[in-house]
Formats: sequence, structure tokens, C-alpha cells
Amino acid sequence: MSGDATSDRIAIRFAKLADEGRAAFVPFIMAADPDMQTSFEILKGLPNAGADLIELGVMYSDPMADGPAIQAAGLRARAGGARLDRTLGMVRRFRTEDNETPIILMGYYNPIYIYGVDRFLTDALDAGVDGLIVVDLPPEEDSELCLPARDVGMHLIRLATPTTDEARLPAVISNASGFVYYVAIAGITGTKSADADEIGIAVERLKRWTDLPIAVGFGIKTPDNAAAIAKIADAAVVGSAIVQTVADNLDADGRAMPELVTNVLDLTRTLADGVRSATRTGSE
Amino acid sequence: MIVEPNTYRTGPDNEGHFGIFGGRFVAETLMPLILEVEQAYAKAKADDIFQAELDDYLAHYVGRPSPLYFAERITQHFGGAKIYFKRDELNHTGAHKINNCMGQILLARRMGKKRIIAETGAGQHGVATATVCARFGLKCVVYMGATDMERQAPNVFRMKLLGAEVIPVTSGTATLKDAMNDALRDWVANVDDTYYLIGTVAGPHPYPEMVRDFQSVIGNETKIQMRAAEGRLPDSLIACIGGGSNAMGLFHPFLDYTDVRIIGVEAAGHGINSGEHAASLTGGRPGVLHGNRTFLLQDDDGQILDAHSISAGLDYPGIGPEHAWLHDRGRVEYVSITDHEALDAFQLCSRLEGIIPALEPAHALAHVAKIAPELPTDHLMVMNMCGRGDKDVFTVAEALGVEL
Repeated sequence: MSGDATSDRIAIRFAKLADEGRAAFVPFIMAADPDMQTSFEILKGLPNAGADLIELGVMYSDPMADGPAIQAAGLRARAGGARLDRTLGMVRRFRTEDNETPIILMGYYNPIYIYGVDRFLTDALDAGVDGLIVVDLPPEEDSELCLPARDVGMHLIRLATPTTDEARLPAVISNASGFVYYVAIAGITGTKSADADEIGIAVERLKRWTDLPIAVGFGIKTPDNAAAIAKIADAAVVGSAIVQTVADNLDADGRAMPELVTNVLDLTRTLADGVRSATRTGSE
Repeated sequence: MIVEPNTYRTGPDNEGHFGIFGGRFVAETLMPLILEVEQAYAKAKADDIFQAELDDYLAHYVGRPSPLYFAERITQHFGGAKIYFKRDELNHTGAHKINNCMGQILLARRMGKKRIIAETGAGQHGVATATVCARFGLKCVVYMGATDMERQAPNVFRMKLLGAEVIPVTSGTATLKDAMNDALRDWVANVDDTYYLIGTVAGPHPYPEMVRDFQSVIGNETKIQMRAAEGRLPDSLIACIGGGSNAMGLFHPFLDYTDVRIIGVEAAGHGINSGEHAASLTGGRPGVLHGNRTFLLQDDDGQILDAHSISAGLDYPGIGPEHAWLHDRGRVEYVSITDHEALDAFQLCSRLEGIIPALEPAHALAHVAKIAPELPTDHLMVMNMCGRGDKDVFTVAEALGVEL
């Protein structure tokens, strides 16, 4: 629907993984957590640590869908100098070395609205952003960002949830592009854990409505969780467990300890190995 | 030049918009719940039995209609406009908040919900919610900023006496906006049995419309009472605004009487130029928070800033979207009053009328003090006395340097 197949990093990456017969591993980190430079080093290291796609969090003061771990990451990022323009700068820097790993910005609408939707889309595409997940823009508000994004070839990743019933699914799928993100729990990030059987049923239901890849996130914490999801979905997203590792590697003043980047990337690698160990039983 | 519409009372549209304001900016998880509330409310609104039931509770439990009282000594003191107080501080629980709570709790019962959640700033909405939950035997969980729990300790105890669980909110800046975030997080995690009873004319559609409708009893009564007292409508209306529910309740029935001057009073805290205030229309700009687009206090990166007001009930960085629209259309004037001015009015009202006002309407009264002296003696002015000041005596004592 958007982007052309030769330049669409998300489509190319999922096609390649389908050939390999495995699901994608998608880590989430918060831009500027705990500071711009450390955060950039984590970002830069993620592909080698097994990241197939990357979700880069855009800090917002009022993250109403996030649990304590990502809320705290946002507060650290704010102290670490997070701003939307700097986050785009990080992506631009990343792209000088990696022009293949898709980057999805994840956050809330207000920073984009204040930046200016058209200017943001231009700058984000130019920086090398591939897609957007904007938590507080349901299909009812598509005219705000989803339709302008589609017009310029930026993927607007749709969220489907356990409360998205059959009546809503067509609306949720209608302007979807890139992939569909299934929020595995009715809840906030990093709290309850998801039941793999129920997720499997939900993913199958989504597959009846769309050919897009289905990513699953919220409540995936361990390599085993990630492996279980990788068997039934096209991608597994892990966020809270990774940003918690950032939190665990700060000194008393909240500054990054020397081993922070290594420890975060080591955790990422074990999660990625979990995904890679899984044999697909899904419909592909 | 703005072309005046024939009516200011048809909003919102089907998507919950008042012009560019309002809307439904919520996570997908909540969207089906919000649509369910919208449908249930539309059905209830059209149902005479629902309205009759609500009217009965308002009359016998809340104590409506609240009096429209001629404030004779305040009027003499200012020497100008004839000042009336709409006495919503005489309602059960001491503020206008219960008008809305009674409406929404009856709706929640109709929807078969068993657990009620609410956010609260000053604690008035929390107390009103805990009260109706006790009355109807529903479980009640109130989110309140840890900072607010300290400065409104008596209300915390009242909620607990009423059987509510009060959860201190430490996320973000630990005030009303964070309490609303945590209430939304609770709702996302408890979608099956829980009803979110929002306390002001903000949040995603249909809340701004629904809360306005339930609070409009204030303005509707005022219309009847003023005609009975003076044989005509008032010349001006004045009310304080945090989220703006008491003001919208008074204003909405009068919006199409364009001869009636309508003034909303925001909290200027230490002064607009100090940066420490809660005046989102005067000192903010449009943005998206808590499910709607409205005027917000925010920085140039779209991060929401802390509000400040001596009144915990006005200490919110946003304002209801319909107010933002009325501001844009120029139908309602919005002004601001500092902590200091509100404290003066608080004391004046206590001494001259024997009414200790809440700090919130003390802001409205402080603006009355500014304009009433210049107006003719046949100018009829109504100020919404939306809450009583018992909850504020500790705050005021501290501000005046009095040790209790």
C-alpha cells in the first residue's frame, strides 16, 4: 500500500525472514535513556545483538498505556535530554551505518502534533524512520496522522488488542500498513504476562483479515516467552525487560555505568536467541 | 472576522469534536469501552425513566435545587452589580461534583458495571464518587496524586470512611494529571467490570458532553430562579475553571442568550508571567492529552508542564475541549486570578457573607471584585459558589502564616 517494494525496509525484512522460516525479534528502547550518547550506542549495537527491527521510544510526559518500567525510562530520557528532533537525529546517525534494519518510532501523538504533522513526516522519512506506532491514535482519528503518513509512504503501524472485537477489526485493519501490532494483554506495558494459547487464537483471527505480518508485544519478558510467541506470530516485541536492564545499570546518581551497553545488548542477544530457536507452527 | 453560529449548543459532532477540539485520542484497548459508554449514555439520555430517576436522587439525596442567593453585603461592599451566588456548595458533599457523579453512577449501574474508578485533585470529585458508590454498594477506587493527598488530607479520610480505596499516585509529578493517567491505566487493565467516572468536562468523547449535560442542572435552575427573583435573565455569569465542569454547567444553558456576558476564571497561581500557573487558555496552546485536543500547558517539544494553583481543584494543565472552542469562538471570556487575589476573596466572603468558599470559587469571586464595582446597580450577576471551603482551611491558614 505504501512505500515501494525495493525501498521498503519493513517489507524487505519480513520477506527475508519468511525465507529463513523464522519470526522477527523486535527490541524496544527509549531514545535518550539514560542519555543521548549511551542510548545511541545501544541503538547502534542492536542489529548485531539480534534485532531484526527496532522500536525506538519517543518520550512523552504522560504515557497512559505504559507501566512503571517504561514510565521510568521516559523520566530518565527526559533528564537525558530527549526531544523529538534529537530522536530523529539519532536515527539519521544510525542510518549512516545501517540502511537495512527497520526503525519504528513508538510513542504518543502530542509531540508529533506540536512538531507539526507534515514537517514531522518529511523529517522522519528523511532521517530514515520506517514506521510509527502512536498509541493514542485509534482508527477514529485517522485523519490526524494515519492518512497523511500513508500519502507520503510512512507506515502507520496499527494496534489490535484483546478488546478489538470482530466489529472493530475491519476499521483497525483498513488503513494498516507495514505490520499489525497485537497488544497481547488488556493492560499496560510490562505488567501481566500473556497466555500463548490465547495469543495464538488472536493471531489466527487477525490473519483472516490481513496479509500483513503480525507482531506481538506487551508482557513478553524472557527468552522462553519470546520463543513461544515466535512460534505463533511473525514478530515478538520486548520492551520493559530491556529498559529495566538499563535501570539496573545506573549508578546512584542515575548515570550509566561502564557495563550498561554491554549488559543491555547481552540481554537482547539472549532474547533474540529465544526467537531464533523457535520453529514456526503458524500458518506460513 | 468570526461569523457567529445560530447556536453554540449543538456540539459535539458525532466524533466528539467541538471545532478542532475534543475527539477520542485513546489507546485501542479503551476504544471499545468508550464506544460502549457513548451508546449507553445516548440511550439513557433519551429515556424518561433514567431522567426521572436522576431527578429524584438529585432532589432527595443531593438536595437540589440549590438556592440562588442574593449576596447583599458583598453587593453593598462592591457598590455596583447586584450579585447572586448559585449555592452549589450546599449540595451533599459540599460541591457541584456530585451532580455529575449521580448521573454517571446511574449510568454505570445500567451498564452492569461493578467497580468504579475515579481520579481526584482536591478530593471533591473523589469524595463525591465514593459517596455515590457507598450509596449504591459499588466498589470504589480513587487515584489521587501523592502531593494532593498531603494537602487535602481531610478528604482522603472522608473517602476512606465512605469505603473507597485511595491509591496514591507517585508517577510523573504526582498531581491530578498523573492521577488521570493512572486511572486510564487501571481502566485499560480492568476492561470487563470497571467504569471510569471522570470528574470534569474533559477526557475522550463522550465524557465532555456527558459531564456537561449532568452539570447543566446548575444553569437550568439558575434560569428559572433568576426569572422568579428578578423577572428576567442575568446580565452576566462568572465561574472558576480547572477542567471546567462547574462553569460549563452554569454556562451551557445560557450560551445562546448572547446578551448574557459569560466569564470563566482560570487560576493564575503566582502570576502568568511567573510560569507557575494553571491558566491553560491564557498561557497554553492546543495539544492532545487525556483523550482530547484542547489548550494545554506544554513546552515546545509537546511535553506537558506542571500546573500550579493554591487550589488543588484548579491545578490541571488542561481545560475541557468545549471551553477551548468557546474561547476560540469568543463566546465566553476567559480571565485569570492569582493565588493572592483568591485568598483575599476567600477571606472577604467569609467575613461579609458568613460563607467560607472553597478556594476554587474564591477565584471567581476575586474576578467579581474586579468588575462588579464598575457595573450599574441593576446589572444582575451570578457567580457559581461551586464548593465550600471546609477542605481548604489548612491550606489557607498556611498561606496566611497561621499555625493551627
